[in-house]
Amino acid sequence: MKLTGSQILLESLRLEGVDQVFGYPGGAVINIYDDLYDSQIHHILTRHEQAAVHAADGYARTTGKVGVVIATSGPGATNTVTGIATAYMDSIPMVIITGQVPTALIGNDAFQEADMCGITRPCTKHNFLVQDIRDLPRMIKEAFYIARTGRPGPVLIDLPKDIQVASMKFVYPEAVKMRGYKPTVEGNERQIGKAAQMILKAKRPVLYVGGGATLANVTPELLQLTELLQVPVTTTLMAMAAFPGNHSLSLGMLGMHGTYSANMAVTECDLLVAVGARFDDRVTGRIDAFASKAKIIQFDIDPTSIRKNVRVDLPVVGDLKSVLNSLLTQLKGYPQEVSDMVHNSVNWRADISGWKAKHPLRYTSSESVIKPQYVIEKLSELSAADAIITTEVGQHQMWTAQFFQFRQPRTFLTSGGLGTMGYGLPAALGAQVAFPKRQVIDISGDGSFQMNSQELATLVQYRLPVKIAILNNNYLGMVRQWQQLFFNKRYSQTCMELPIDFVKLAEAYGATGLRTDKVADVEGVITQALEIDGPVLMEFKVCREENVLPMVPAGKGIHEMVLAS
Amino acid sequence: MKHTISVLVENEFGVLARVSGLFSGRGFNIESLSVAPTLEPDTSRMTIVTRGDDRVLEQITKQLNKLISTIKVVDFTDEEYVARELALIKVTAESESRAEVLRIVDIFRAKVVDVTARSYTVEMTGAPAKIDAVLQLLTPMGIKEVVRSGPVVIGRGAKGVTG
Ligand SMILES: Cc1ncc(C[n+]2csc(CCOP(=O)(O)OP(=O)(O)O)c2C)c(N)n1
Repeated sequence: MKLTGSQILLESLRLEGVDQVFGYPGGAVINIYDDLYDSQIHHILTRHEQAAVHAADGYARTTGKVGVVIATSGPGATNTVTGIATAYMDSIPMVIITGQVPTALIGNDAFQEADMCGITRPCTKHNFLVQDIRDLPRMIKEAFYIARTGRPGPVLIDLPKDIQVASMKFVYPEAVKMRGYKPTVEGNERQIGKAAQMILKAKRPVLYVGGGATLANVTPELLQLTELLQVPVTTTLMAMAAFPGNHSLSLGMLGMHGTYSANMAVTECDLLVAVGARFDDRVTGRIDAFASKAKIIQFDIDPTSIRKNVRVDLPVVGDLKSVLNSLLTQLKGYPQEVSDMVHNSVNWRADISGWKAKHPLRYTSSESVIKPQYVIEKLSELSAADAIITTEVGQHQMWTAQFFQFRQPRTFLTSGGLGTMGYGLPAALGAQVAFPKRQVIDISGDGSFQMNSQELATLVQYRLPVKIAILNNNYLGMVRQWQQLFFNKRYSQTCMELPIDFVKLAEAYGATGLRTDKVADVEGVITQALEIDGPVLMEFKVCREENVLPMVPAGKGIHEMVLAS
Repeated sequence: MKHTISVLVENEFGVLARVSGLFSGRGFNIESLSVAPTLEPDTSRMTIVTRGDDRVLEQITKQLNKLISTIKVVDFTDEEYVARELALIKVTAESESRAEVLRIVDIFRAKVVDVTARSYTVEMTGAPAKIDAVLQLLTPMGIKEVVRSGPVVIGRGAKGVTG
């Protein structure tokens, strides 16, 4: 039987196991939407294409599946770019299908034409322009394969309108054949053996865990490793939920707004074992002061991550699941050495306990004005153990990383690499679509919320009970903090003074709005919001000039922190 | 350090843009780049001359390898390859200098491919350094225009770049 291009697309999605897509229609994808009308695939209509991509991203981060987006050509397609770049920086598996003008018009500045392959080349793992319907099934197969294997990432398929209506006999390829794409899965056993020996000799080791740990689902292996070796663990922003924050060996986050103990441990360690972490500049601070006393072992699936920013003494390329399991197997072959190592690092753990006790994360609490950190602590206390937390970007994001205790992997969704304001609400939407029964909370600033606040409509339309907590300081707080500290309090364009009635805004969309400026009401508002069976926006009027501390000023080593007084 | 890199890629839509975009997007430098299909019409071979320290070169080769369209990357060191470049040089050749230009052309086994009353156009193939030398010698005569292809390289002996 012959199928049209758009039918082939939907049938291929089905064969890839896709039952949920996010998108926004238009002339160049109208055929796909027509076929979608009869299809079993669920579609969520967001109010902006950027939000559709973040929603698919949230869906992918919580489920581990490939997120799928459909957008029309031209402006619909260009609206996806920030979402795609966000997913690319955080290595999120995703397939984006954009409509394109008919092949005969490509290059003629046709109505709603944009060179999407050109525009997204630097922010996709790969992209395709379908020029012949006969290539379509193969390209879809390859797109999904590329998106979810190796270091995951977004893949875009630009699909011209004439190819959507053309037809041919459909056969979905069973396997991919790509000469140039063969990600390394198994790590080199000899290298892993060397890593084991280095670890067994260490007296002051630290595990430095990044977003790759979430992508590879290695929380159980990390727990085994830490328990076996009694090695302390610090996580990046991206990996906050990959290792339980309440574990006695957890140091919390490191880097610019990291904990004192994490930053000191990395500065003083003699062995740093990086697990799926890429040494972002927000983590390392001044490079030459970073882990300067340590040998560095780096486990990563992506060879380009190795030695990109820092010297590495021992690289192991491979899938973390396989690498960590063979490391564990090797280590277990040396029970005596393991117990010696644990014994030899007793003082190290004592040092770390000392640092933790000396400078825990703290803030000055207040009776009269709501401290943003307090709201986060309460959210952490009152939400379920499997609650999914998303954030926007700014101070509230850092406070969430510092004061929310994450308990399970894939429960913290944040734009780490690109730092995209407006990410959190649509990502929460996507997470709630994936898990309709779980609590999903977007922790937001007043600035970020306004970047995609129109998605309140989507929440209401699809009855998605996402809770939004706006920590309203009437400032673009994180930028204001920098202006306060480094620009002599010249608050250029960071004051958002306009009195927006967020409660009314929520109500205008048909959601519930709650507001408080009283410390005593914070718990009540959160409890009430969590009980309401629908989307709720909570507005907390918080202390306006609170700062995120500790902080490593730009250009300093991570041990040179400004601490909370 | 100057490096000459051969890249075998799928001969498909946008592949040159992927490679050149990789260099520009990451701030790597391209000194020259030449590309054409190989004996198999579905693959192309590029020769890229670039500069950078060891760390940069390691990133360049890794990033090139990471492109889905890349089949193979070889970074050649000096002794391992034969390099040839084509240059077309239009040089002023008026009465008194005509003989001198011809003499230089002859010494370097270059060829005059176009003649007018006021100029010769010279075709020269050779190692890039040879072409530099010819240009240096012809400069005093007055060079009107030069076009160089950038080198293409092939490995010596067994060192190859076949898919
Ligand atoms: C799309 C986008 N534009 C600009 C920025 C720069 N930026 C980083 S944090 C920030 C302020 C965020 O303010 P808000 O959302 O109110 O959160 P707060 O810092 O007050 O918690 C800005 C403007 C960004 N990260 N993303």
